[in-house]
Amino acid sequence: MIVGRRETRVDGYDKATGRTKYYEDRMPANALYVRIKHSEIAHGFVKSVDASAAEKIPGVVKVLTCFDVPDIPFATAGHPWSMDPGHQDTADRHLLNQHVRYWGDDVAVVIAENEVAANQGVRALKVEYEELPFVLDVQKAMEDGAPQIHDEFPNNILKHTTNIKGNYEEAIKEEGLIKVEGWYETPTVQHAHIENHGCFAYMENGRIVVVASTQIPHIIRRIVGQALCRPWGDIEIIKPYIGGGFGNKQDALYEPLCAWCTTQVGGRPVRIDCSREETFVSNRVRHAIRYHIVTWVRKDGKIAARKVDVFSNQGAYASHGHSIAAKGLNAFPQHYPCPVYEGNAWTVYTNRPAAGAMRGYGMPQASFADEANIDDCAIAVGMDPMEFRRLNIMPKGFHDNFSGNTNYYDTYRECMAKGAEIIDYERKRREYGHDTGNIRRGIGLATFWYNTAVYPISLETSSNRMQLNLDGTVTMQCGETEIGQGADTAYAQMTAQAIGLKSYKDVHVISCQDTDITPTGTGAYASRQTYVVGFSIRQTADLLREKILKYASDLTRQAVYNMDIVDGNIIRKEDKLVLMSLKELAMTAQYNPVHSEHITAESTYTIRNNAYSFGCTFVEVEVDIAMCKAQVTRIVNVHDCGKVINPALAEAQVHGGQSMAIGFGLSEQLIFDEKTGKPLNNNLLDYKLSTFMDHPHLEGYFIENPEPTSPFGTKSLGEPPACSPAAAIRNAILNATGVAINRIPINPHVLFAELSKAGLIHDCWLDKEGK
Amino acid sequence: MYDMKALYEAESVQHAVQLRLEHPEAQIIAGGSDVLVQMREGKRAGKELISIYMIDAMRGVSLDEDENIRIGSLTSFSHITRDPIIQKYINVLGEAVDQVGSPQIRNIGTIGGNTCNGVTSADSASTLHAWEAIVELTGVNGIRRIPIKDFYIKAGVVDIRADEGEIQTAILIPKASYENTFGHYIKYGMRNAMEIASLGCSVNVRLSADKQTIDRCRIAYGVAGPVPMRAPSAEAVANGSAMTEEMVNEFALSVLSDINPRDSWRASKAFRQHIAVEMARRALIESIHRAGGEIK
Repeated sequence: MIVGRRETRVDGYDKATGRTKYYEDRMPANALYVRIKHSEIAHGFVKSVDASAAEKIPGVVKVLTCFDVPDIPFATAGHPWSMDPGHQDTADRHLLNQHVRYWGDDVAVVIAENEVAANQGVRALKVEYEELPFVLDVQKAMEDGAPQIHDEFPNNILKHTTNIKGNYEEAIKEEGLIKVEGWYETPTVQHAHIENHGCFAYMENGRIVVVASTQIPHIIRRIVGQALCRPWGDIEIIKPYIGGGFGNKQDALYEPLCAWCTTQVGGRPVRIDCSREETFVSNRVRHAIRYHIVTWVRKDGKIAARKVDVFSNQGAYASHGHSIAAKGLNAFPQHYPCPVYEGNAWTVYTNRPAAGAMRGYGMPQASFADEANIDDCAIAVGMDPMEFRRLNIMPKGFHDNFSGNTNYYDTYRECMAKGAEIIDYERKRREYGHDTGNIRRGIGLATFWYNTAVYPISLETSSNRMQLNLDGTVTMQCGETEIGQGADTAYAQMTAQAIGLKSYKDVHVISCQDTDITPTGTGAYASRQTYVVGFSIRQTADLLREKILKYASDLTRQAVYNMDIVDGNIIRKEDKLVLMSLKELAMTAQYNPVHSEHITAESTYTIRNNAYSFGCTFVEVEVDIAMCKAQVTRIVNVHDCGKVINPALAEAQVHGGQSMAIGFGLSEQLIFDEKTGKPLNNNLLDYKLSTFMDHPHLEGYFIENPEPTSPFGTKSLGEPPACSPAAAIRNAILNATGVAINRIPINPHVLFAELSKAGLIHDCWLDKEGK
Repeated sequence: MYDMKALYEAESVQHAVQLRLEHPEAQIIAGGSDVLVQMREGKRAGKELISIYMIDAMRGVSLDEDENIRIGSLTSFSHITRDPIIQKYINVLGEAVDQVGSPQIRNIGTIGGNTCNGVTSADSASTLHAWEAIVELTGVNGIRRIPIKDFYIKAGVVDIRADEGEIQTAILIPKASYENTFGHYIKYGMRNAMEIASLGCSVNVRLSADKQTIDRCRIAYGVAGPVPMRAPSAEAVANGSAMTEEMVNEFALSVLSDINPRDSWRASKAFRQHIAVEMARRALIESIHRAGGEIK
């Protein structure tokens, strides 16, 4: 079995030695620099842009403003296109905007021969604004009389959906119910991938070529076509290796603007390279979401009814919009099924940076609120939090009619049992939570709900091309991109196994997608790559095998049905006799003077399944009360992601997710000046990503229940590890201190406020332990 | 690509002084970990630079004939941390500068740059204040030495006479300041690395011969005011006192009458005050332990 082995990444050596080529490494030497003038107000209209000083700067080639761009609103979300207009994304922005809706909106560009001139040009632009009132808070934006951000959306509500089961008002009349209510708040955070987004564009034979740091080249081609009102065949998108995306690059960022700029300078190459400051503000962020949860629990610990209100802060433009809030809204009643559920979700425009996709797609937020409330419920009925979950969480056999998902195994309880054993939960739960000194230890857990891919909400498709090389190896390509997650390595392992090659090294995955060449695929997102490409790999490998064996039949005089491909050889099934190697077959087929054949196969698979992927996190913390600091001292994730294709990569995926989630739980938050709407900490010093020094050793474990719909038994793992740790940290702090903190990040400012409110801070000041 | 008008490379201290006089508008650059960042942000865009980075005579740690410690202004943070003289006599300074930024920054950043910036959050500054360092400046009129507390004028402004072509050439720790003295520095950040101090606290003590009382205690803060500052009321509590828990707590609470932290989005005044007390307490306890004393 090649699948299931710890193999080295196919791109590992090149990445470690710096050979891997990213978009900047492919830059034409004569590319002009495009630098963007961003708005310095949170809301208003651009009245004029005075470019006279900028145009005089030596090296400045051209200044283009929001008054020059075509009047074509376009949508940026990296969703597969929907043929149903009702499900298409909201087209609410221009290449450059006259109506600026957040501090950092795109007003004008300076195109120059070099970077210094471009930056000087941007500083020399004089923009005159008509300022309008702005609103940053999601619920204030919904109030009557709030600043109107997009005319077509009254009260700034982009979308409101409900999920209702049973009669909530009737259900809560039941005698003896315990009410557990809370407001839970998650912050605006950013992906902070290592490589900032950037791209370059040029024209060739009247067509536009864009080389971009993106997750979704084929979708970008469509969006560039829409934004520029050009035939999509006129556009070629090339996606080289990228330095991370985490969903930010599952969006059209500056590709459309870059494509337009090259058309304005006669097709010369132009480059847009986001700075880190721009990446934080003028790309996409994760939705800050506020939840109001009311849970009614019976004395025996069973949940009788739940009411969940979701207020999702969309920021200035729709991007992925309501999909994020809705995913969480609809997860609640699956995660903890109860007889009665009343859920409402609002996605609301505000004058913050546009929120889009980010690792977990709404579930890190929903899991924080859900799992915080569940711990509160357990405490309210006097149960151990794990026991409470075991009693209420989704059972084996649960079926969701909308997605068609079935919980084939008792996944949640298996994951919790494994995690509890690894971290010695029962003992620590007894021992911790009683400290009275300055250092207080706690243990907590949280679970999460997730699925795989986007069926049935969006199209789910994968295309694949395989070619038998003359040395018996196979070249494979597909549209689902390598974005650092290790997809290419998983594809190589699955392809080698599906064909019958000796090693994953006998598969050459073409990592770079070029929409002129690569079979159409929708890219990397929704933790879908291994799952969806698995289908097209299996189907295309079968086609390739059929062609190989048919040709071999001519050469070997054996029946096709009596042959197989094993370890790179064609064998006779009956006696396992090696008939010939794939290399011999390929050479013979290619150079046969009578019947030459280049053996290739290509196919598209439309996936009409989805798969649950669940798991949990256990966390231990030490809280230094007087210093207002919480340190995670141990973190254990357990995932049922089906069969693991490559355990080393799977573990790495878990570690990365835990790291992001520790930041989400404890330190990360984009802050805005209440008076101006200006972002205050859009840099890597003031935006507190967690560092190695803030992590304990990161531990990931797996329960490998094979997914029956998948040809390789696999399901999602990319995003799930980031979903549950923040809530587990919160619950561990609750265990340690007795203080339930319902907003993240739980940074020292929050701990100072919350521990003071609880009366702990003053006690500790003069603590005799002195620790 | 940096937006700089010109770069002049100084070959010696005298050459640097001369360049300064010739180019009065120019900015001095050493390691560049602050200047280049500001230039990138546009704050110093288009400026002339005088680089002093190649002047090896300004690099290194030594003892002079009176056994005062002399730290050349171009000495990097990582050099200071690993230097045997620092480790032997004033290890706390090595520990403090080992908390600056990242390993890369500590290799390029210099103690001269850290102090000439005039920022209150500099990790070296509170320790240098607490050890009453002397700043050495060299200009066209020769060498001038001033106490570090006089060197800092206000936020971002230090006493360097540009019109006399002055550059900072060394930082000195007098023998009387470090002899039999032990200290501890605590940096408070919102995370455990890659951080700028929300508050920095450096304490040192010299105990009596019988190690029963504190002979001399000094405490200084960064970010407790616009420039690094000592806390004299707290020092008065500790000086000459027996080492008891009550004294330590009184010492810690006394800092509140000395410090003046500000409210900002980075941290509230109330939070900084609370943390300042706790840091003073912990830093004093650790200093006493390092000096071989015991708290009764």
